[in-house]
Amino acid sequence: MSEHETVIGLEVHAQLLTRSKMFCGCAATFGGPPNAQTCPVCQGMPGVLPVINRRAVEFAVRTARALHCRINAHCRFARKHYFYPDMPKNYQISQYEEPLGEDGWLELEADGTTRRIGIQRLHLEEDVGKLTHEGGVFETANASLVDFNRSGVPLMEIVSRPDLRSPAEAAECLRQLRTILRYLAVCDGNMEEGSLRCDANISLRAPGSDELGTKVEIKNMNSFRHVRAALEYEAERQARALGRGERLVQETRLWNPDKGQTLSMRSKEFAHDYRYFPEPDLVPLRPEAAWVREIDAGLPELPRARRRRLAEQYRLSAYDADLLASDRALADYYEEAVRAHPNPKALANWVMSELLRELHGDPAAADRAPIRPGHLARLVALVDDGTISGKIAKEVFERMARSGEDPDAIVRREGLTQVADEAAIGRVVDEVIAANPGAVADYRKGKKQSVAFLVGQVMKATQGKANPQLVNRLLAERLPPV
Amino acid sequence: MPAAWTSLTIHESLDALRSGAVTASALVEAYLARIAALDPTLSAFLTVTVDAARAQAAAVDERIRRGEALRPLEGMPLAVKDVLCTHGVRTTCGSKVLGNFVPPYDATAVVRLVALGAIVLGKTNMDEFAMGSSTENSGFFPTRNPWALDRVPGGSSGGSAAAVAADLAVAGLGTDTGGSVRQPAALCGVVGLRPTYGRVSRYGLIAFASSLDQIGTLTKDVHDAALLLEAIAGHDPMDSTSADQPVPDYRAALGQGARGLTLGIPDEYFVAGLDPEVEGAVRDAIAVLERLGARTRRLSLPHTDYGVAAYYIIAPAEASSNLARYDGVKYGPRAAGAKDVVTMTARTRAEGFGPEVKRRIMLGTYALSAGYYEAYYGRAQRVRTLIRRDFDRAFAEVDAIVAPTAPTPAFKLGEKTDDPLAMYLNDVFTIPQPLAGVPAISLPCGFSAAGLPIGLQLIGRPFDETTLFRVAAAYEAATDWRSRRPGLGGLS
Repeated sequence: MSEHETVIGLEVHAQLLTRSKMFCGCAATFGGPPNAQTCPVCQGMPGVLPVINRRAVEFAVRTARALHCRINAHCRFARKHYFYPDMPKNYQISQYEEPLGEDGWLELEADGTTRRIGIQRLHLEEDVGKLTHEGGVFETANASLVDFNRSGVPLMEIVSRPDLRSPAEAAECLRQLRTILRYLAVCDGNMEEGSLRCDANISLRAPGSDELGTKVEIKNMNSFRHVRAALEYEAERQARALGRGERLVQETRLWNPDKGQTLSMRSKEFAHDYRYFPEPDLVPLRPEAAWVREIDAGLPELPRARRRRLAEQYRLSAYDADLLASDRALADYYEEAVRAHPNPKALANWVMSELLRELHGDPAAADRAPIRPGHLARLVALVDDGTISGKIAKEVFERMARSGEDPDAIVRREGLTQVADEAAIGRVVDEVIAANPGAVADYRKGKKQSVAFLVGQVMKATQGKANPQLVNRLLAERLPPV
Repeated sequence: MPAAWTSLTIHESLDALRSGAVTASALVEAYLARIAALDPTLSAFLTVTVDAARAQAAAVDERIRRGEALRPLEGMPLAVKDVLCTHGVRTTCGSKVLGNFVPPYDATAVVRLVALGAIVLGKTNMDEFAMGSSTENSGFFPTRNPWALDRVPGGSSGGSAAAVAADLAVAGLGTDTGGSVRQPAALCGVVGLRPTYGRVSRYGLIAFASSLDQIGTLTKDVHDAALLLEAIAGHDPMDSTSADQPVPDYRAALGQGARGLTLGIPDEYFVAGLDPEVEGAVRDAIAVLERLGARTRRLSLPHTDYGVAAYYIIAPAEASSNLARYDGVKYGPRAAGAKDVVTMTARTRAEGFGPEVKRRIMLGTYALSAGYYEAYYGRAQRVRTLIRRDFDRAFAEVDAIVAPTAPTPAFKLGEKTDDPLAMYLNDVFTIPQPLAGVPAISLPCGFSAAGLPIGLQLIGRPFDETTLFRVAAAYEAATDWRSRRPGLGGLS
């Protein structure tokens, strides 16, 4: 392996979160009954014409600018031809020459160093429909059904330069790109549902060489884990083949996650001739400079900037800032909570541990978390002002997660207020000392841990409601001297 | 044979309707009766929408009874080329591959006509996917020329042209990609207008070559052409290539005369291959225009000769793409018995398309192929630019250009079917205008010794149909070619 350098480039397709489709007014949302979200245009009926969705162009410009691309003042749509029954016109309206954006970059940070990954181009196109096969795969099925709901949904294709040097880096690049898309609110980034799709080109070469080796395109990697696994497998396969003195063929291979292998799909000789030519049904697209500037000015704070700001503004560790900024929804959640109760450190801990666990580790789910940021802030405030203990707070959190209630209501109803009555707790402390002569004797022999045991006994007797600091002080006062 | 009402133009019929001399129902019945009597021989229609036409006519009469104001095309029975989609009415584009296709939408031009009161009598025959110059490439049957039943009506809008010439409809819509409105108008002795590219929405026009296709009119006189263009022209949000330009009052130009206009006579349109009788008629027409006060001058459109070659790269290239959707998956007949999708698609297309369509799909696929694109498509596009510049230069000096429409009068059925190149050359004078995007009109300017109509072509600046109407109306008023009626082989 080490005698080769791995060269990877990504080709990412992102479904845009526009309300309507790329070239018609049909809803672009996912999941309607088959063919319910269709019209003559997205069904490719005779005589119909496409009309460009301005919002989709805006989303693409936004993304292109966030990726530091140049916006071409004159761009065109083109037809890409191949026959496939999920594509109603048997051509896809895409962009070929003169794409919307070109020559950008994004930066990857790892181990304190920054690597700039080139973005070759970003363009707009339309998605295809979906096939369902009855009794077998496409070639063998008794019947195949076509659902055109997805046909015409706006897709943005982002092509990186072959600047990535390892499968891990490729997966990280994809993750960064997804984070950016979500920050820009242009794509939900759901790889399992296919709203974000990734193909990769991978080749090997001698370290230090400027020439690229024979590249292989890998498709069907529908998670970050699969991207990494597929590329690791493929790098290894290519290294072994080269090691045996074989020549690699330029081909497209499909990742088979069950087998953990890439399998050849078609070689270059059978590659499609897409017969691109400028789409005559659309006039050239000319994004006005003023409009692009307006979009530029409206760009939200992007992940890197936000990470940096969170760390500085809230004095968080790099790790914490990184995790909190890993998705716009989580960062928004966190900052909303901090605004409601300015205890950034405690809130960071709650968000990163309890909340993320509640979200099954998915930071993107923060915007639909069962606990609203204001409620979490209030919970931390209750701990901070001594109303409840940290231990009780965890219980309250669980209840909040189940019911969505605010913490005050739960604490009040369940009587979970921390007992800070010195006389009452003093009585319990006395009882615990009396009931546990063994532990008291251990303490006197110098076993400090027995204090913790006695604290625990007091907490148990008060159902956790006793103020722990008070319990500690009273025990220290009342235990016989060592 | 009730010929009286059906021999009228739109503006004459509107007068009759307005005066109460005729009802919309009587008008429609007169046309339906004439279609029933003559169309079994002429074969101009693929579909006659008898019930819908009667219902529309009854609704028009009801409006008139209620005293509502007459709309600009109230009760006018039109023939619509079967390339234009009609909601709920079979639309075949002259092809078996769409033999059972019933669109759930109307073409914008049809919507606009119906909104102004027009009645659709039926859908007219055409060369399959508008590819042809004789209507013999129809996937169903050929149409005959009303002036000589053994001759072609021209094409591809031969059905609409023959229907209007034979008084089977008061007017018709056609489409013109390389002459498909003007050439059949010339061969059938009617007025055929191809507007500027972008003047009329293409939404619902089944695409042959998107950058060339344009809806045009087939009418009995120039006045009707102006009336119909006013009805269908204008921007359509459903067609990004339709021009966002105001539609002028075209009829206001009709009485302005030709005096003071400068007309260009292009050398390249009077060349070997031009039938002497056609040349004679066109030269006579130029003399008439001069007498009407127009100045004329020779000019050169030097790239005219390359038009046909460029056209037969660009149009098939776009067609190969536009026709890819006919695969039997979504609509249209599907070849039976295929066990897999590749076979299904291949057989559906093999059975559904006729030979001319297949020829052009192959030409276009080749022209767009990797390694050939620049040599063919790229080069043809550059020729197109040169042809457009020819016209730009000419229109810096003249207001309109006068030329023959077709090099010959109507030819015999079957005469050119075995020789595609001879067929293609019949469009030599009508191809440069679509390539340049400029408007042109064909109107009758005489007859051959055999009694076949000859067409005069006027070519104008982009979006200056007004000047075309002005010159054409002046010429029409100074001549009486329209008084000659087709013989219909003695049928009527």
